[in-house]
Amino acid sequence: MRGLTRAYLLRRLGMYVLTVWLGSTIIFIVPRLVPGDPVAAMIGRMSQSAGRVENSAEIINAWRARFGLDAPVPIQYVNYLRNAITLDLGYSLAHFPATVRDMVAQAVPWTIGLLAVATVISFIAGNLIGALMAWAPTPRWAKRLLPLSLTFTSIPYFMLAILLVYVFGFGLRLFPISGGYGRGLTLGWNLPYILSVMQHAILPALSIVIASMGYWALGMRGMMITNAGEDYIILARAKGLSPARLFLRYAVRNAVLPQVTALALTLGSIVGGATLVEYLFAYPGMGYLLYQAIVSNDYSLIQGIVFILILATATAVLIIDLVYPFIDPRITYQQR
Amino acid sequence: MTAGESIDVPGVNGAAERDLVLQVRDLRVHYATPQGDVIAVNGVSFGVRRGEILGLVGESGCGKTTAAMAILRLVQPPGRVISGKVLLNGTDLLALDERQLAQVRWRDIALIPQGAMNSLNPVMRVREQIADAIETHEGKQPKNVLHERILGILATVGLPSRVYELFPHELSGGMKQRVCIAMAIALNPSLIIADEPTSALDVVVQRVVAQTLLDVKKRLNVSMILIGHDMGLQAQLVDRIAVMYAGNIAEIAPVQTAFVEPLHPYTQLLISSIPSIKERKPLRVSEGLTHDLRRPPPGCVFHLRCPHVVDQCRVEVPLLRELKPSHQVACHRCELWMTPEPEAGATPTAAASSPLP
Amino acid sequence: MAVATVPETLLAPAGLNRWDSPWLNTKFVSGLVMVVAVLLMGLIGTRFWPERLALVASSPINLPPAWVSPNPQFGPPEAAHPLGTESNGRDILAVIITGAPRSFQVGLIAAGIGMLVGILLGFTAGFLGGWVDNVIRTVADSVITIPSLALLILVSSYVRVVDISSMALILAAFSWAGPTRLIRAQVLSLRERGYVRMARLSGISSFDIMFREMLPNMLPYLASSLAGNVAGAILAATSLEALGLGPTRIPTLGMTIFYAISSSAVLRGMWWWWGFPILILIVIFTGLFLMAIGLDEIANPRLRGASADA
Repeated sequence: MRGLTRAYLLRRLGMYVLTVWLGSTIIFIVPRLVPGDPVAAMIGRMSQSAGRVENSAEIINAWRARFGLDAPVPIQYVNYLRNAITLDLGYSLAHFPATVRDMVAQAVPWTIGLLAVATVISFIAGNLIGALMAWAPTPRWAKRLLPLSLTFTSIPYFMLAILLVYVFGFGLRLFPISGGYGRGLTLGWNLPYILSVMQHAILPALSIVIASMGYWALGMRGMMITNAGEDYIILARAKGLSPARLFLRYAVRNAVLPQVTALALTLGSIVGGATLVEYLFAYPGMGYLLYQAIVSNDYSLIQGIVFILILATATAVLIIDLVYPFIDPRITYQQR
Repeated sequence: MTAGESIDVPGVNGAAERDLVLQVRDLRVHYATPQGDVIAVNGVSFGVRRGEILGLVGESGCGKTTAAMAILRLVQPPGRVISGKVLLNGTDLLALDERQLAQVRWRDIALIPQGAMNSLNPVMRVREQIADAIETHEGKQPKNVLHERILGILATVGLPSRVYELFPHELSGGMKQRVCIAMAIALNPSLIIADEPTSALDVVVQRVVAQTLLDVKKRLNVSMILIGHDMGLQAQLVDRIAVMYAGNIAEIAPVQTAFVEPLHPYTQLLISSIPSIKERKPLRVSEGLTHDLRRPPPGCVFHLRCPHVVDQCRVEVPLLRELKPSHQVACHRCELWMTPEPEAGATPTAAASSPLP
Repeated sequence: MAVATVPETLLAPAGLNRWDSPWLNTKFVSGLVMVVAVLLMGLIGTRFWPERLALVASSPINLPPAWVSPNPQFGPPEAAHPLGTESNGRDILAVIITGAPRSFQVGLIAAGIGMLVGILLGFTAGFLGGWVDNVIRTVADSVITIPSLALLILVSSYVRVVDISSMALILAAFSWAGPTRLIRAQVLSLRERGYVRMARLSGISSFDIMFREMLPNMLPYLASSLAGNVAGAILAATSLEALGLGPTRIPTLGMTIFYAISSSAVLRGMWWWWGFPILILIVIFTGLFLMAIGLDEIANPRLRGASADA
């Protein structure tokens, strides 16, 4: 039996539910570590830093009406979970009466677009480079790139972003360094807008791609070296297979499997890094929204964004998990 | 291909050139270590006739697998082939460039590896791995022709047709080994090197695989080198047997002769240490010490363990010499216990009892 | 036939000297040198450079580094402030000298706790197996999937961090999952090794097996993991600080970057403000990373200077 078995599917779905539940529970608990009514506490804190809060009475009433804050904590928890499932994340404190859901919904496409493109490019390019670096026929000058990728791997995304902003934004002024698109453009599927979007996405995407490519390259190189001594490679050579075929279908095909696993495991930190990059570039995704929420002490928005980030990451990992058995036929025989 | 070079190869005296599939002459393989080269294969020469199975035996570390890998040019760094000639159907394999080598590989000389467990690509189906070899050497094939052909090959090794679609992890150990055999015969090569094909299997499956090898040999008349250290299995399968010790060939003889009248002290040691089902024998533990493979002793490489050692052995390297037809020994003293050749016309016969003790 | 004298061929060849020791791996040593250099700079630097210059309003504002030609936008560079100053009146060199050890402090505490918990849980899961293993593994996998920075931001915004230790503790809460997973995998693979099975057969207690047989063999691997985790913890701390969620009264590298960004230092061209902290951080990260890779090569000899030759 290979491919997607029911047991595997159930297990992966179970992990998904557990992860989201765990995350949301932590989000639920943290505000309540402070004694008292969480909403009043939020507002109280806001007014500490920002002075008087507008509409505070309305906000509190609206919350109470919607979320029943008078109920005992376990009931609040159940309500909270129920609301989370329906993505009802409450009102933004700083932008009342806007709902958290609406605000997040505007930012999500930007983040997903940036992250998906950057991650895919860096994964494919990084693994290919890593594989070539470990392959003997690759010319030596190409292999000297190894120390170079070593350097970039240890630079966090946002530091690279700062450098890029300085070089390309302040120095060379080649790319826009702020925002998601140029001012005065009409949103929609028109060419000037799309071009502007792409132009604005280049530097943020580049920060992520350059910084993470090295990680994939190094890992892939290590896997290729480890696999080179495997018996099936030796037998494949004895068969006189063409170098290209050996490289792709025997070496790379097997070495890339742990890399996919690593992708699922590091997706959490990739999302974290991208958040900071967005903040730096004022890119209108969830990262920038999160920063604005922090600055304005908009706690309900912070909670909402964190929840969506957890949900999105867990969903991406689930997708990878479900695709994995199709690239590794052995997987349902072992626990991953 | 150039006209076959002819070299003087021991063990095939009288055999015409065209009868020799493989001629190995003075093959040397070293492994580099920080403390100096380990001499794994120390000037090995032998030949394989068309249609015969040559056994290559010796204890672990004696260099038999290394010699086989050197023939296939699969020696991995830090190992390297120092010198020697390997003539396959007259072409020196060690002199070919990468492109020519890729053409010769599998089509003319194939390998049945030792660990079939890991020798199959885990992410490719059986049919793809067999088709790989075929299409690399014969170009793209029409699907149905290929399908029939692969099924035929699987049938030759006694595998059911459902194996066609399976992945390696869905096969048992014996089945994987037979898939490897199937792959090896797919292009009908002149020579197959089988590197301990049954070592990793249990006794029952060993028999099935051994039988498969025999069937294959009979049907296709392919020559084989069968590497191993299971003397009993060798006795059942091979025509001639070559015994290696510490990178050198000690003795090459027809298999029955090797069991009945081994001439080299090391071969005698091997034969006598096979447990017997028929009689109780004292366990003979060899005395003496084995040497550091980086510094082989002067003279005969076996002299530290040999019960018959004399001064000459410690100083002079014994060359492999032909003492009887098809029987070579590398020993200074073996004439002492050799029974003389019977009258001309009569070939040495096997003893009345079976070669197995 | 006893052998009276040992023939020369049996003696181990001379030439095995200590410079061949696997611990002298290039990557590991160069990484170690980098890390130690920064550490030393931080620990000893205060003897040579006044610490008080890292405080607000201790120096003239907006001075470029001493070797830069004067720019009318900013004040004249002075030798007294070789790396320049920023708009709050802090001397950059002093900030780096006092900030670097704090980064290490956070990293070591958080990663140290994470490793300890990881060893504890990893060994327990690997050794006991069964439902204990299932629970630990499942929870650890969940925690790994969750983007920790997001939760850290949440926690930090509620619990305003005031000092290094509390930040480290918060980080530690999320840094145990990775080590747990790695150590569990190592324990599982080592458990089936010959020498461990022998130990179990001879009746040695599990505790002894863990610490006398398995742990010593895992040391390079654990050290590699620790180096990686320290880097991760420092990165997390710096990220939080860069968003403004770090301790506000103490100069740290991350907070300096935050101030730089909020004062638009990048666009104003005050590259020294964020440039030097970033440089030091890059040295720290690269050093730790090299150490981790080097230790990995020490633990797994196959990776040493090898290439996958076709």
